[in-house]
Amino acid sequence: MIGAGPAGLCAAIAARDMGARVTCVDSGDRPGGQLVKQTHKFFGSRAEFAGKRGIDIAGMLADRIRDDPMVEFMLDSTVIGFYDDGAIGIEHNDALTFLRGERIVCATGASERMLAFPGNDLPGVYGAGAVQTLMNVYGVRPGKAVLMVGAGNIGLIVSYQLLQAGVEVVAVVEAMPQVGGYDVHARKIQRVGVPILTSHTVKAVHGTRVVEGATVVALGSDFRPIPATEEYFHVDTVCLAVGLTPLADLLWQAGCKMAYVPELGGHVALRGEDYETSRRGIYVAGDLAGIEEASSAMIEGTIAGLSAAQSLGHEAPDFEERLATARAELAALRSGPKGQKVRLGIERLMRLGREVGVVA
Amino acid sequence: MTGARITVHPILEFKEGRKVRFTFDGQVLEGYEGEPIAAALHAAGVRVLGESPKLKRPRGFFCAIGNCSSCLMTVDGRPNVRVCTEKLREGMRVETQAGKGVLLAND
Ligand SMILES: Cc1cc2nc3c(=O)[nH]c(=O)nc-3n(C[C@H](O)[C@H](O)[C@H](O)COP(=O)(O)OP(=O)(O)OC[C@H]3O[C@@H](n4cnc5c(N)ncnc54)[C@H](O)[C@@H]3O)c2cc1C
Ligand code: FES
Repeated sequence: MIGAGPAGLCAAIAARDMGARVTCVDSGDRPGGQLVKQTHKFFGSRAEFAGKRGIDIAGMLADRIRDDPMVEFMLDSTVIGFYDDGAIGIEHNDALTFLRGERIVCATGASERMLAFPGNDLPGVYGAGAVQTLMNVYGVRPGKAVLMVGAGNIGLIVSYQLLQAGVEVVAVVEAMPQVGGYDVHARKIQRVGVPILTSHTVKAVHGTRVVEGATVVALGSDFRPIPATEEYFHVDTVCLAVGLTPLADLLWQAGCKMAYVPELGGHVALRGEDYETSRRGIYVAGDLAGIEEASSAMIEGTIAGLSAAQSLGHEAPDFEERLATARAELAALRSGPKGQKVRLGIERLMRLGREVGVVA
Repeated sequence: MTGARITVHPILEFKEGRKVRFTFDGQVLEGYEGEPIAAALHAAGVRVLGESPKLKRPRGFFCAIGNCSSCLMTVDGRPNVRVCTEKLREGMRVETQAGKGVLLAND
């Protein structure tokens, strides 16, 4: 398993349950991926721990396999590439080691999108994930006053977490005419007086050595700035929460067939229903397979783990039943209006996959 | 920036490691053992970690999880260390890196 976030951990649990020997490699110093910095109670389905805090879910998943002799964890270890002979290279403590897996589940998650504006490279312009890591994992405030860019769930949740850490959030700006995240998260910050400025974006960030302020501008229905609507905010931190894109470097390098699917966040691997890519033996799961959420990452991980182990000849009496349950849960999660984007993306991905023969 | 360390939090409790001393461009600073160097620097008010090789623009961290290479510094003489993930240890010599850095012979 490359990556021990919710997807990689569930893949490991599923493969172990089938009787496979598993190694989980993660560049972080603890398993859990994004979950280790999520202090809020999760949305999603009950089977995937909805209502529990992300930090606790990470621990519960890891506990299921932590002491299992069939499972090995390699932490602080970064996979740097696939080799032609099937080995993967792993950097640990400045040394390179090699590992060969008969099957590989790639679950490296996502990286944060950048936004183009003058001053976007100044120290003090941080990704939302970075702000979370600094504050929720290491207990250091990112700054004193923050402008949040993006009112999706991540922007809203991190804004609330900033407030909990005693940091002022001067405003949340959102280019779309409506808030993208759930109402509950928006109301939590509006209640304490943080304005959410929809149809607004950051025009520029100012400062000589570090961020000293930011100019925000209103956008028309054509998404162009409306002249003379600029407003200056005195902030030392600008936090970008403008979306994620799959962290697919390893898949490109492995030569997996990729496709650009905007609904899934960018370039994703073509894959079958069992999450195997065009390169036999390499599976994907989680945000890497398409930006979604932790609940779906866990189920995809389960499907990939079960399938990978089964393809090695491992058997379990409840295999078919677990697979069917997982597929049904995934379909339920993606039903309804909130799941429409992902449904469209996956339809497109499968169509492209059939065209080139990756999907039967 | 004083008071960057969170001492009270409604949900989280922070178990700090042992207090250690390290240097940043010769200046003695304090941080907690095992936290990322970037977190210790940030808590000590240091936000500029380096400069871009060509235009010499100031650089800070961006992703904080080792993905973007925005935070490269020279640590104990070793260039291009991602300080957002490199753990702090007693007596570390952390320096702003000029240019792309030179690889050490035995590295
Ligand atoms: C602020 C915020 C709030 C969220 N709230 C919710 C919520 O309430 N409910 C919900 O369902 N979802 C939520 N999510 C989304 C959820 O966290 C992600 O969808 C989920 O974590 C994706 O899981 P993953 O396993 O695919 O990836 P990740 O959790 O990102 O894990 C990937 C892992 O791979 C490792 N890795 C990457 N590259 C390498 C490499 N080369 N070598 C070794 N290891 C590597 C990383 O260190 C990481 O541990 C939230 C996300 C954020 C940022
Ligand atoms: S801040 Fe991105 S690698 Fe360190």
